Amino acid sequence: MLSLQNLHARVGDREILKGLTLEIPAGEVHAIMGPNGAGKSTLSYVLTGRPGYEITAGSAELDGEDLLSLEADERAAKGLFLSFQYPLEIPGVPALTFIRTALNAQRKARGEAEMSAPDFLKRARACAADLKMDFDMLKRPLNVGFSGGEKKRMEILQMALLSPRFMILDETDSGLDIDALRIVSDGVNALRGPDRSLLVITHYQRLLDYIRPDRVHVLADGRIAASGGPELALELEREGYDKYARAA
Amino acid sequence: MVAVKDTVDQVAGLEKYEHGFVTEIEQEFAPKGLNRDTVAFISAKKEEPEWMLAWRLEAFERWSAMESPDWARVSFPPIDYQDATYYAAPKTKVGPASLEEVDPELLRTYEKLGIPLREQEVLAGVTGAPRYAVDAVFDSVSVVTTFKKELAEAGVIFCSMSEAVREHPELVRKYLGSVVPVSDNYFACLNSAVFSDGSFVYVPPGVRCPMELSTYFRINAAGSGQFERTLIIADKGAYVSYLEGCTAPMRDENQLHAAVVELVALEDAEIKYSTVQNWYPGDPETGKGGIYNFVTKRADCRGDRSRVSWTQVETGSAITWKYPSCILRGRESVGEFYSIAITNGRQQADTGTKMIHLGEGTRSRIISKGISAGRSSNTYRGLVSAHPKARGARNFTQCDSLLIGKTCSAHTVPYIEARNGACTFEHEATTTRLSEDQLFYARQRGLSEEEAVQLLVNGFVRDVLQELPMEFAVEAQKLVAISLEGSVG
Repeated sequence: MLSLQNLHARVGDREILKGLTLEIPAGEVHAIMGPNGAGKSTLSYVLTGRPGYEITAGSAELDGEDLLSLEADERAAKGLFLSFQYPLEIPGVPALTFIRTALNAQRKARGEAEMSAPDFLKRARACAADLKMDFDMLKRPLNVGFSGGEKKRMEILQMALLSPRFMILDETDSGLDIDALRIVSDGVNALRGPDRSLLVITHYQRLLDYIRPDRVHVLADGRIAASGGPELALELEREGYDKYARAA
Repeated sequence: MVAVKDTVDQVAGLEKYEHGFVTEIEQEFAPKGLNRDTVAFISAKKEEPEWMLAWRLEAFERWSAMESPDWARVSFPPIDYQDATYYAAPKTKVGPASLEEVDPELLRTYEKLGIPLREQEVLAGVTGAPRYAVDAVFDSVSVVTTFKKELAEAGVIFCSMSEAVREHPELVRKYLGSVVPVSDNYFACLNSAVFSDGSFVYVPPGVRCPMELSTYFRINAAGSGQFERTLIIADKGAYVSYLEGCTAPMRDENQLHAAVVELVALEDAEIKYSTVQNWYPGDPETGKGGIYNFVTKRADCRGDRSRVSWTQVETGSAITWKYPSCILRGRESVGEFYSIAITNGRQQADTGTKMIHLGEGTRSRIISKGISAGRSSNTYRGLVSAHPKARGARNFTQCDSLLIGKTCSAHTVPYIEARNGACTFEHEATTTRLSEDQLFYARQRGLSEEEAVQLLVNGFVRDVLQELPMEFAVEAQKLVAISLEGSVG
């Protein structure tokens, strides 16, 4: 599914990714953990094509297709989704309008027919119910005046409606209380499947109790410093990132 | 929701300025230049009574002694008023004709512009067009006015200004110049001397006008200006909603559109006036050509509890100089101004409103959304004033500017005068740049850069678009998108 080889990226003069190699096969959930400043968010932005990052070496492919030469919206149409750590507010644009416009833009880019308004509304209602969101909230301008937890739920709702192949969750657990964490995790788990993969970026093991990863990687100083099974997350929880930060 | 999507869909297929074509039609012109003879020529062409000619000539004398104003934040070379033509008309029948008499070439022009002139089709819903009456003004004359009969049955007079001067002199004499005096300002005074055509509306007491009224202004001839004059009177307890649209061909020369619009609302009457202005903006790279839109629009809320609402979507013109205003004379009268002004390329806009509170308990509301892109300059200029008798006057002003790119500018110049201690004025203003973060967020969800800008901008102007009549809101939304094409990247 996703294949990253020796990826180097910089912002201005500062090199942040320094030869990152990672394979995430279809159907798997991988977690990336690491200390602050290790390059976790940079990785999510480089993968999704945010302007301002310069790729100096390496490659990134989704199902054998080069991602780095594509615009952000072209990557989205290929099925790449990023749940933002800090979702943006879009004044004056109701959430439903935003999501439907995005969905149909993606479908158009893939040469598929647009989804009709009634079909879309039916799906949106169902997704909102799954995530225990008040449907009226979807008629309000996207994220404007929403709490941190509400914004995170709205991200997962968008993810469910856009049904991407490869999903990146960037610190989705931050700002969520225990109940919300469970609801959001259930929403994410419902999207798991043999043809879909997930990259979970988090500081804490807590989220991984709900979204069980197949593999856990430690990102330190722009590289994968260690990889292992779910037990690695528990070890990190006990011992911290110190030895990786030192090694780097 | 559908509208936003519609915008996104349709925009791809549209050209930058889709109304830039010229209609090949035989026209007759006044001799070039401006003097007493020109004024007399126009008056004679329109078969006007003596008093009208006298009124025009007095205006011309006053204008000759005036100087072009220079206080607005716009710059343009001096206009040579002798190097223009002040009357241009299709060489067929002058004045409103029945549809059968209108030159087919003209009908094709309006068809191309998407303006429904065929009542039968509108009635039968053939074109799916909304049901509204249209006065079509081509250069200096009104070529046709639709639905006159049906409106007359309701007692509503809707006709061209030329016809009103001939057919309803008592109303015209009573109200013309009563809101915008002849010598109010340089361009209004020029208009008073040489005004060509525009619309006249009278809604009698207690009548709610049964349909939307609209005037569609088209400048076609080269080397000419358009001097529209519109007068709308809502008598006691009457209601009318009116919309004007404007387009012009793409030409290298600047053309002057100096209009005067007067609205009179008597006791308990309400007028909603909407403008979708899409004059040719000039070449976005060189700034060559485009319309100078120097317009005086003013409403007199003459009666108690009367209400006037201005809504404008200003996207075209090389230069816009325009301040639709309300004189709140009647007790508890209400004035509203909702504006979207977009400038791109080399456009300049200096626009806003004046809310003059004269009566007790009067209220006003101003919502202005300015968007600047390219190398353009966009200024909001507004005055809110309360006179000593206007106790309990209230105003709320919100003035938001959005900048796209790094070479445009936005300016806000609000004036507030309170001459009594019992009024409440609130003013809120913001200036923001279209955020890279928001753009990336929208693009990560699958929107192209252009689509993302459109969606964000439509969100920014939503409060104002909601004030437009439904059909026009969709139209305006498309226009907003087109006006900003090529503004990013």
